[in-house]
Amino acid sequence: MGGILVRRLVGALPILLIVSLITFGMIHLIPGDPAVAIAGMSATPEQLANIRRDLGLDQPLLSQLWDWYANLLRGDLGRSLLLGQPVVQATMRRLPVTLALSAYALVLTLLIGLVSGIVAALRQNTWIDQVAMVFAMLGISLPSFYLGLLMIIVFAVDLRWLPTGGYIVLTDDPIGWLATSTMPAISLALLLAGLLARITRSTMLEVLRQDYIRTARAKGLPNRTVVVKHALANALIPITTVVGIIVSLLISGSVVVETLFSIPGIGQLLTQAVLNRDYPMVQGGLLITTTLLVLVNIGVDVCYALLDPRVRYDGA
Amino acid sequence: MSLLDVRDLTTSFQTGGGEVTAIENVSFSLEKGEILGIVGESGSGKSVTALAIMGLLPRPPARVLGGSVRFEGQDLLTLSDRSMQRLRGPGIAMVFQEPMTSLNPVFTIGEQIMETIRAHESLSQKDSFARAVEMLEKVGIPAATTRMSDYPHQLSGGQRQRVMLAIALVCRPRLLIADEPTTALDVTIQAQILELLMDLRDEFGMAIIMITHNMGVIAETADRVLVMYAGRVVEQAPVGRLFDHPLHPYTRGLLSCVPTLDQDQDRLIAIPGSLPEPSRRPSGCRFSARCVHAIPACSDVIPPLEIFEQSHAAACIRVGDFA
Amino acid sequence: MTEPKRASPFRATMRRLLHHRLFVLGCVLFGLILLVAIFAPLIAPVDPNKLSMRMKFRPPGADFIFGTDNFGRSLWSRVVWGAQLSMFIGGAVVAINAVLGTAIGAAAGYFRRLDNALMRINDALMAFPAVLLAIGVTAVLGPSVNDVIIALAIVYTPRTARIVRSSVIVLREMEYVQAALAAGAGHWRILRRHILPNAMAPLIVQLSFLFAYAVLTEATLSFLGVGAVPPTPTWGNIMAEGRQYMTDAPWIITIPGAALMITVLGLNLLGDGLRDVLDPRLRIQQ
Repeated sequence: MGGILVRRLVGALPILLIVSLITFGMIHLIPGDPAVAIAGMSATPEQLANIRRDLGLDQPLLSQLWDWYANLLRGDLGRSLLLGQPVVQATMRRLPVTLALSAYALVLTLLIGLVSGIVAALRQNTWIDQVAMVFAMLGISLPSFYLGLLMIIVFAVDLRWLPTGGYIVLTDDPIGWLATSTMPAISLALLLAGLLARITRSTMLEVLRQDYIRTARAKGLPNRTVVVKHALANALIPITTVVGIIVSLLISGSVVVETLFSIPGIGQLLTQAVLNRDYPMVQGGLLITTTLLVLVNIGVDVCYALLDPRVRYDGA
Repeated sequence: MSLLDVRDLTTSFQTGGGEVTAIENVSFSLEKGEILGIVGESGSGKSVTALAIMGLLPRPPARVLGGSVRFEGQDLLTLSDRSMQRLRGPGIAMVFQEPMTSLNPVFTIGEQIMETIRAHESLSQKDSFARAVEMLEKVGIPAATTRMSDYPHQLSGGQRQRVMLAIALVCRPRLLIADEPTTALDVTIQAQILELLMDLRDEFGMAIIMITHNMGVIAETADRVLVMYAGRVVEQAPVGRLFDHPLHPYTRGLLSCVPTLDQDQDRLIAIPGSLPEPSRRPSGCRFSARCVHAIPACSDVIPPLEIFEQSHAAACIRVGDFA
Repeated sequence: MTEPKRASPFRATMRRLLHHRLFVLGCVLFGLILLVAIFAPLIAPVDPNKLSMRMKFRPPGADFIFGTDNFGRSLWSRVVWGAQLSMFIGGAVVAINAVLGTAIGAAAGYFRRLDNALMRINDALMAFPAVLLAIGVTAVLGPSVNDVIIALAIVYTPRTARIVRSSVIVLREMEYVQAALAAGAGHWRILRRHILPNAMAPLIVQLSFLFAYAVLTEATLSFLGVGAVPPTPTWGNIMAEGRQYMTDAPWIITIPGAALMITVLGLNLLGDGLRDVLDPRLRIQQ
């Protein structure tokens, strides 16, 4: 078990190295002078010189690279130009908001996606199956910000059930958190639930055809045990690998959903950083988010091994 | 009263081109402790018959069109799902052809045996564990206590088939259906498994339906034989009679190329042609298209299964000519 | 392989596609948007950026079929020209992906020595959340239609390359490829004649889904304000501008949103149909 974790962590190192190189290189790929891009055409030469000095752009490229990694190892990703505070600190302050929202959306995704996928598979080719799959198809075709806007129009503007936006911290006021997070979470979850329902359905159908399901029935197990224990335990193995993709899509989706609902998470932070040409913030935010995502995927791999004894034993 | 009495069992399955019958008017009976061999090529309806008895035909696309399956006097076809589920295991159990894929890969073999016990009897964890170990020992798994926590992928094919047997027998069924139980195994392992099956029959006193395409297996194990062709029973006889005086031309074709246990043959080469697809079965006698003795009248009607002597029956209008 | 033998599987595939009802529906939906995009100058002759303050906030009706926005611009014109931009951006991203993705995937899959290096870079690019990487790239490049196309190509090409690579790895080991190698055929010839034609099915399926992602992500970028600069009539821009007025003029949001959804739905149905018919093995992956 530990073997798999260590091997995956080691395997992730080259990827993280390249990810960090790409984020380092971003500022150097800006067409023209980065300092001008940041400060604008009307900046004075002194302002430009200040920016270059602050960002180390006046140094040779190799020594910039050296500093980047030296700082990285110390957990220093520079200062946000816009907020004036360290990038790591700004990101970490916003992180819990995005994590709470993502967790809420993930729970909704798993509930809706798994249940409708399993039910559709068990009732294959009935109207239940067809309705579930039509909704799944509409779900994966409905852009999350469009769904969010429609919900705002209906539930916030017309019916006035929920606020149009804003955010209340979970630990301050759980009810308020639910009120402010429910529409964003649904906008995020519906698309992913559609995706998951389709994958769950096809995986379950595949598993239900297997010989060991026939064995389970032949030995007189109740139908519920056959489906919930024998079929689901096997179907969850391939479904687990999809959870990594789902989390990545959740983070992608939270960018636009946070902006739409004025939720102060990482997505909104990065969008603001891009709009304000706050390059250190963009670089640092991208690097931190992507690193977290790589770690999530390692966790998914470990879960995969936990669920599948063939991997657990051969790979340990 | 027979242990099992199957009458006119007819099933069909839905295909892209419409509904086709899989087995037609299959009838036979089985006494306590008897071993009935069902022999035929793949596609002849042997496995469908077995699954129909077990109530395990995949519905849809398959369905039972008619007939009855009386087990200890009870018609299984009219039984509720729940009663049928309770019967599987202690009443009728089944082992399958593919030991490599018939065990669930994510549970230990101990769990897969014990859950069978738990489904049918209220036994403590400790007692069902002991029962499972005892059963594993009976089917010849060495170091049974430690093997209980093994996963299927850690066992060989022969060992997995032994575990399948343990699962099937742990609730002491009155009838065991063995569907090609040795086909997927090495020749030496095949003989071991068959011998084990015979020993267990003697110990438990259950009846067995032994489904195979291998006449050698039939000769080694069966008391009575049912020969199936294209979904119908074409001949039925005590094993000695069948081997000495086969009546149906198809059976004679089968016997002219009896594969012995140590040289398995999947194809029965002595008969020219191949089994017709269910949707393209000829009219009249299903075998007429491949039969060297066929006369025009063979295509007119489906010959009924008629008893000739000493409970030896065949479905062929020319049987008189061969005698 | 002779010509007639090739033609008949193609015809059989077409027949199966035409019998796939959802595929046909997808074609109709996507075809509708595509036609609107192509004939935009004919069906929406009014300049999508023509301001007319007297006409602002007209609801959909006889004068303006889709109504007008906060500057009195015809929403019909803006949505129709937005369709053209969406189709152009989606098509360009798909074209770049088809060429670059195939080249990178084939190189990595066929030449083992390149595989490790190429796939590490690929994996790194795929490790970024798609939308975050896209806004990161537009932050670097700038907010124009061309920059958005480049950003989307950078985000999605690695995914295409990975799919091509996995087909090529399988095909490379096929006996007929090994036989051609033994017979002295060059690598280029083997790739072109024996491997790439057989790697097409999963690629085509991928590209139809990719078109949907590209259109969707482009709309997302515009909506966030990091895509093509306003007043460029992209669907995302129209919706972003409409946000302020959604209480009184919800049509500014609902109409371009519906257009976006029809496009994505059409492409998803189309991709599903292609996958069912061309490559049933892919069913679980997507």
